[in-house]
Amino acid sequence: MLSVSGLQTYYGAIQALKGVDLAVAQGEIVTLIGANGAGKTTLLMTICGNPRARHGSIRLAGKDITRKPTFEIIRMGIAQSPEGRRIFPRMTVMENLQMGALTTDPAHFEEDCERVFALFPRLKERHHQRGGTLSGGEQQMLSIGRALMSRPRLLLLDEPSLGLAPMIVKQIFSVIREINQQQGVTVFLVEQNAYHALKLANRGYVMVNGQITMTGTGAELLANEEVRAAYLEGGQQKTTVGV
Amino acid sequence: MEYFLQQLINGLTLGAIYGLIAIGYTMVYGIIGMINFAHGDIYMVGAFIALMGFLLLGFSDVAYLSIPIAILLVLAFAMLFTSVYGWTVERLAYRPLRGSFRLAPLISAIGMSIFLQNYIQLLQGARVKPLPPVVQGGLNLTTPIDGGFAVTISYLQIIIIVMTVVLMTAFTLLIAKTSLGRQQRACEQDKLMAALVGVDVDRTISITFVTGAALAAVAGLMHVMYYGVIHFYIGFLIGIKAFTAAVLGGIGSLPGAMLGGLLIGFIEAFWSGYFSVEYKDVAAFSILVLVLIFRPTGLLGKPEIEKV
Repeated sequence: MLSVSGLQTYYGAIQALKGVDLAVAQGEIVTLIGANGAGKTTLLMTICGNPRARHGSIRLAGKDITRKPTFEIIRMGIAQSPEGRRIFPRMTVMENLQMGALTTDPAHFEEDCERVFALFPRLKERHHQRGGTLSGGEQQMLSIGRALMSRPRLLLLDEPSLGLAPMIVKQIFSVIREINQQQGVTVFLVEQNAYHALKLANRGYVMVNGQITMTGTGAELLANEEVRAAYLEGGQQKTTVGV
Repeated sequence: MEYFLQQLINGLTLGAIYGLIAIGYTMVYGIIGMINFAHGDIYMVGAFIALMGFLLLGFSDVAYLSIPIAILLVLAFAMLFTSVYGWTVERLAYRPLRGSFRLAPLISAIGMSIFLQNYIQLLQGARVKPLPPVVQGGLNLTTPIDGGFAVTISYLQIIIIVMTVVLMTAFTLLIAKTSLGRQQRACEQDKLMAALVGVDVDRTISITFVTGAALAAVAGLMHVMYYGVIHFYIGFLIGIKAFTAAVLGGIGSLPGAMLGGLLIGFIEAFWSGYFSVEYKDVAAFSILVLVLIFRPTGLLGKPEIEKV
């Protein structure tokens, strides 16, 4: 589905990605874990063409998308729930969902809307409310819901658990599993909440300082000593030292 | 009382013209955060194209079409060609500077404004161009009591007001209800996210310039019919006043631009009517100063703070 090779991205003179290789197969949930500033978000954004990769290539279902403009990449079947959720603040929940459905046949709209409301009943209650007035958890639901409206082949999620209460985190992760299993959407998930993410994912990658340092199945990584020390046992401190 | 009513009608007509131009300023500001100082000159170009349209239809000589059809034809002609100018200006002068520092497109806009003035001056000459009255006559709304005068609304004023109401309603619906309008608002609120749901942001910005120019062309057509003369420099003062209207209403706000246009029209008409014609521009611009001091976000402007 997605294959990334030798990807290098720069912000001005600063190199954020230093040759990233990874692959996500059809139907998988793959997670990328790593500390703050490791380059996880940059990777997701580079896949969507903003910022543009300086070297390396990105392929979606065999087609090279490295040099395509963002809106064309999206129209090829990628959807992203980005860092910070980025809900359109002065649009209603409904309008946000309509924006998500921009690239699909309007005939599907009602049906897709119902599907999102089934996953997140809260959104249905608030469908006339402006996006900017929703709570953090509701915005996260809307952000994922909006991404699903485009019927993506590949769903990119950037830290869906960030800043949310444990109850809601649990709910969001179970929805991600549901989307993957029932709707067959391939998911590439970036997380700092490594425990939940690795439990959910088929496979995982660990990113340190713009490079992939480790890969394996979710269970393997969960059992790995280094991963445990760095990302699971409250070890934010150790990561920075370990690098 | 008659005098007041008459100024109200005059102010409404003026306000309609300002409002249509102010929409162009406010939409462009909303989407790329830039004051398009060339917009007044796009309006001037629109007025010239409308004049050419009338001349092409033979209006300087004989009218062989019914007048409403002729006006609609010229309207379509002016909107179409002025849009091309709007599109070209964005493409040549602003798009290459996107991502540059904030002042760059502003300077470019001022340059474009000067360029358009000189371009029309070279092509059309510096003298005023007249258009014989296309629509004459009007309605008396009151019967004069001895010594007084009748309040009149000319047919032309009716045309201007009706046309403005229709266009503004259509435009508001376009922005509020259609997919194109949602894409426009999405770009206004978050360009990166708009691209991430598949909006072609550059194209949406182009469309914003095109619609702004088309509305300015309508205002240009009204100008040429209402005042009967145009020259290459009309865009400057009227452009700045329309900009004042946009700021007064709250720049970035569509209903604000319409309201601001109307208010500036009224202020000018009443000031000319009750105080002095010479100082009507001073009155309009004093409003700009007062708004900037006491309510920088304008009457209907939104405060910058958003819950994130």
